[in-house]
Amino acid sequence: MRILNASGCLDALAAPGVARQLDAFVTKTVTPLPREGSAPPRIAEAAHGMLNAIGLANPGRERFLSQTLPHLAGELEIPIWVSVGGFCAADFAETCSRIPAEVVEAVELNLSCPNVDEAADSAAEIVAACRHATEVPLYAKLSAAHPDVAEVARAVAAAGANGLSLVNTLRAVALDGRLRPLLARGSGGLSGPALKPVALHAVSVCFEATGLPIVGMGGIETGRDALEFVACGAGDVALGTVLFADPGAPARVRAELAAACAEAGVARPDDARGLAKRPETEEKVSA
Amino acid sequence: MQSSESPSRHSVTGSERIGPYTLVRLERGSVDPGLPGQFFMLEAPGRILPRPFSLCLAPPGELAFLVDPIGPGTQALCELRRGDEIGVLGPLGHGYRLDVARPLLAGGGIGIAPLPYLAEQLGGSPPVVLGFRSAEHAEAAALLPGAEIVIDPVLVTELIETGFDVMACGPKPMLHAVAAMCPEAQLAWEAPMACGYGACYGCVVEIDGELKRLCLEGPVLDATRLNGRYQAPAVSERAVSA
Repeated sequence: MRILNASGCLDALAAPGVARQLDAFVTKTVTPLPREGSAPPRIAEAAHGMLNAIGLANPGRERFLSQTLPHLAGELEIPIWVSVGGFCAADFAETCSRIPAEVVEAVELNLSCPNVDEAADSAAEIVAACRHATEVPLYAKLSAAHPDVAEVARAVAAAGANGLSLVNTLRAVALDGRLRPLLARGSGGLSGPALKPVALHAVSVCFEATGLPIVGMGGIETGRDALEFVACGAGDVALGTVLFADPGAPARVRAELAAACAEAGVARPDDARGLAKRPETEEKVSA
Repeated sequence: MQSSESPSRHSVTGSERIGPYTLVRLERGSVDPGLPGQFFMLEAPGRILPRPFSLCLAPPGELAFLVDPIGPGTQALCELRRGDEIGVLGPLGHGYRLDVARPLLAGGGIGIAPLPYLAEQLGGSPPVVLGFRSAEHAEAAALLPGAEIVIDPVLVTELIETGFDVMACGPKPMLHAVAAMCPEAQLAWEAPMACGYGACYGCVVEIDGELKRLCLEGPVLDATRLNGRYQAPAVSERAVSA
């Protein structure tokens, strides 16, 4: 089990010491054109979580490929994953075709940002277009907001995805004392511990549906949390919101894994993989 | 500071009410108090995100922060008692440049927070002008003995004379007024922040004509660098700073 960051939750060039604690670094989502992002206020706290509406602020594909990516490759000694965004399948595919395969370990397709209008093309169409554009392993980042995320997972698997990143934030609203939205955009993406049970479910059903490698994320704060994602079927985990309060979280979570494993009765994190599968008794009852 | 480490744990050594505010004192440990105007992320007990505060005072062995209880996070900080422990990350960001010839410190409301430590680091008892919205709020002027004080509807900008190197902190309208009067001023701004070290992209303001992260660029900026395309309503502004 490796520890990554959730895309958009860490600037490795501003905080390389945090990135170096990770087993792989996932970039902020890059879009074809530069995006300034949403107007502030962009963040707000909610019960057991936070909302963000950053709006995919990024320098755009050209500057990312000519400046940011080479800079990251020079600065970090860990594998780099590039998060790719866009507004139609061709956007995604064009960016994928131009990412140098020798520099990145994987591409994560951001198919589910809650702070931009959704791409007109389906997740499977986007994955299929990217599959033709690159040999780099493709991870589809999905939202648990879909009524049947396992169905989406099956579709992107059939289209050529090598893995899944689960889950993205959920669209949410928080109000101020005068009953107005706290975020300038109105809504934002909910992250943090409030998201964890939802994420565990999505990981569990997508693992059963596809068997694809999964990077599990959503409210992981401790080694025990990480182990729960593995138990639901994740091979790797990613940290997001916890990084904001604790830049030492990757090293801390890794250090906590041994005790979490001992408490759960497994020798290593990988031995917990899939343990949370529905118990046989339930199958007997339903049979 | 090492922003790649977990926040260090610090015991509360004391907590005292000053008007509507609370001065929270923490044992300093090995934390560098940094430059005046730099900030620290303080764990708000029971909340997901820490809150940003500039250092108010640096007594020997202590760090002291002035907290305005405007929301659940700041209220939790005001309720801390001697012996309680919280996480502290910092110092972060860029503080005031101290190489000024004729300093004049100007503060508005809770914006007086960084000025006692700034006055101490400048030395030589620089002149201080303060504005508050009520007599109760003005009790906080006790942190800056000798300061000139005005209370609403009189504005603190009326006490700012020409020929000084103004170093200010206060609400946005005050800072914009100071910037208009004194283009050379150094101004400490505030924005909601989740992390304080450039990870969350939550604290952007328009700096040099584009949205940039205040935690990395500031919070102290030369007056000419920030313009007012995004002046969020004060209430919403406090989404996370509360």
